[in-house]
Amino acid sequence: MIVEFGAFALILALLLSALQTGLATAGRWRRSPLLSGGAEGAAIAAALATALAFAALIFAFTTSDFSVVNVARNSHTDKPMFYKVAAAWGSHEGSLVLWCLVMTGFGAALTRARGLPFGLKASAVGVQGALCVLFLAFAVFTSNPFNRLDPAPLQGASLNPLLQDPALAVHPPLLYAGYVGFSVTFSLAVAALIEGKAFSGFWPAWGRWVRPWALASWVFLTMGITLGSFWAYYELGWGGWWFWDPVENASFLPWLAGTALLHSAVVTERRGALAGWTVFLALLAFSFSILGAFLVRSGVLTSVHAFAVDPERGMLLLAILGVASGSAFALFAWRAPQLKGGGLFSPVSREGALVLNNLFLTVAAVTVLLGTLYPLILEAATGATISVGPPYFALTFTPLMAVAFLILPAGPLLAWKRGDLKGAMQRLALAAGLAIACGFVGWLAFEPRQAFAAAGLAIGAWLILGSLAEVFERIRLFRAPLAEVGRRTRGLPLGAWGMTLAHAGLGVFVLGAVVETGFKIEAAAPLAIGGQVSAGPWAVTLDRVEIVEGPNYLAERGTVTVRPVSGDAPPRTISAERRFFPAGGQTTTEVGLDFRGLDDVYVVMGERRSTPEAAQAWTVRVYYNPWARLIFLGPALMAVGGLLSLSDRRLRLAVGRRKKALAG
Amino acid sequence: MTASGWPILILALFALAGPAAAQEPPAAPDRPLSSPEQEARAQALFSVVRCVVCQHESVADSPAGIAGDMRRLIREEIAAGATDQAVRDDLVRRYGDYVLFTPPMRAGTWLLWFGPALAVLLGAAGLLAMVRRRPVETSPLSPDEERRLADLLAAERLRPDPDASTPHDGR
Repeated sequence: MIVEFGAFALILALLLSALQTGLATAGRWRRSPLLSGGAEGAAIAAALATALAFAALIFAFTTSDFSVVNVARNSHTDKPMFYKVAAAWGSHEGSLVLWCLVMTGFGAALTRARGLPFGLKASAVGVQGALCVLFLAFAVFTSNPFNRLDPAPLQGASLNPLLQDPALAVHPPLLYAGYVGFSVTFSLAVAALIEGKAFSGFWPAWGRWVRPWALASWVFLTMGITLGSFWAYYELGWGGWWFWDPVENASFLPWLAGTALLHSAVVTERRGALAGWTVFLALLAFSFSILGAFLVRSGVLTSVHAFAVDPERGMLLLAILGVASGSAFALFAWRAPQLKGGGLFSPVSREGALVLNNLFLTVAAVTVLLGTLYPLILEAATGATISVGPPYFALTFTPLMAVAFLILPAGPLLAWKRGDLKGAMQRLALAAGLAIACGFVGWLAFEPRQAFAAAGLAIGAWLILGSLAEVFERIRLFRAPLAEVGRRTRGLPLGAWGMTLAHAGLGVFVLGAVVETGFKIEAAAPLAIGGQVSAGPWAVTLDRVEIVEGPNYLAERGTVTVRPVSGDAPPRTISAERRFFPAGGQTTTEVGLDFRGLDDVYVVMGERRSTPEAAQAWTVRVYYNPWARLIFLGPALMAVGGLLSLSDRRLRLAVGRRKKALAG
Repeated sequence: MTASGWPILILALFALAGPAAAQEPPAAPDRPLSSPEQEARAQALFSVVRCVVCQHESVADSPAGIAGDMRRLIREEIAAGATDQAVRDDLVRRYGDYVLFTPPMRAGTWLLWFGPALAVLLGAAGLLAMVRRRPVETSPLSPDEERRLADLLAAERLRPDPDASTPHDGR
């Protein structure tokens, strides 16, 4: 009964979204606050209806109602309750409902946005409703998660056990909040193309309206990608954290476009310039989100993460991409030449640096797009199959980013309109000197000595020190009396702290990525009980192996002791598992992680086998991953920086205040 | 079933289960080469060679049986004295370009390899054109515009720019 109710609620949400678009269009046309108010009501109701549908789906999963196809295929009575709930978004159909929930939810939030002029808001609400119609219709007509099964099986087929993991249960909601959050910037951009050119002060205000949405989506996406990467790191048991897998790339594309959007929106807000470009990026970010959905769900890609391999649904998603993005970009091509922004500025200025940032981020996105789609296109065109993997991106993406990172710290030190490059260089001289010193020390400290790693360390240190130098400059540290420094520190807006933290977090990530990539050590050996294998400075002893029974799996759990090869760090005991899930007949690994400061000792239990020396031995793989902690800490800092900026009152209040000041 | 029967059943299940790829024989045990330099070369190659039946996994990462065979093949060739390039060429001969994570450089992949550089150049050229565009001559403000400007500036003074903490900052 509740399941039918859920199916009904999903259809209701579709109808309400259609109503939202209709009312918003009519309201905008007739300039009727009544009609557009109705559209806003419909948007909120659509969000509630989608939430009810999602709740009904979760109910079906928690009660293991196997008469529902989706539950029967993706759940099992033995599953722990937490994963029964998470299984609701573990399949194509369920995750699509989550996608729609986030989209209608953001649509409802958009109706609460303050300070937007009538026409722009009505148009944006209408466009958001149209996007919701596309995706809800896709869910209702091709991927309905409430379809029944007769006769109902006694037991479900269970979810892919790789997905039975806390990080992965939380990863999709965060990722979707990021992906789909960009639908609001998309709607605001289309609305601006419809409404734009009305008055010259429009674009700075629009930049300010679009920024909180872009920032919130960016924060969610950053957290979602980081969590996904961390999951791949400890669940797949390969010791790596980023594989340039096409699906990883699909989530990285909107992130790159979103990051570029954040920066160019600042220029639009502060200088009224780059309006067309910012609109373009806002359209691009969400187009990349839809492209990602297509790549993951259509089966055109072979990837660890791909699910719902179904070409027919893929074609429909491609059609949605064509309709939504195609019409938006067509509108852009038509209206962009009429958008007048103050396009003139000197190259050496804050906006000049931000434009350069945009150049690099956009080319980085183009590179990732090429690397992801090229094999597909080449195979379709010529039948030749190629693989594009880490070596390609190391040769293209990495140098691009290295140059961008060299320029980055100078940007915040340049003034708007006309910057003082020499002054900025002087203020960064100390940071630059220290960064080079860091690179040199790193070159001496890490074995084997690698020029690449030394350069990477210097760049990471440069990002952190350069960001700090900018803050010190602003609060006049060491140059003004302490009282003055204190006053300036308190006076510094949260947005400035957020920017500094995000840039420094990027530096932290670079340090971790460079050291982990350059100096990780892998060792594997068949070990009998009491046997030992060492990787770098750590020796791992296999103490015992026992068989344990989990809620829906059986595991061979190896308990190992990690000791330093030399030195007096305390030994620590950790366990790693190899789990067998009878329901799906799959085996997964549960990595044993020993956190040693910034380093990880990463232990993977392999298969049991016999060696000439011992009848029973287990292949134990050990990775020593130096500074791996920083790889995930860096993006976490970036997300916190984004949250700080988001909570800056200026983002929310200044528009209203400026208007009031103008009126008064 | 007695308590002592459990482990046997479980071990049997493990034996049946095989690696994550299921339904195919598990990889033969890896026997590292005796020479550390040769083994390091083999490991470096593993990470750029794709497991041909897997989804975007290198043979270094894959638990599949064929990945184990490919690792053994690479080790054998290195032990027989082949250079890295010779090993790569042999793999491409057996499995096609698909087997290497580094795409080949030929007419069909020029856009892939040089696309990023081309994009940088195009972008830089566009920016240069934008910067070098001359500012439009503007006529002096009318008295009415002067008054509105003064009002705006007064309004700005009410809302001091929080970013302008340094004297060289624009506003």
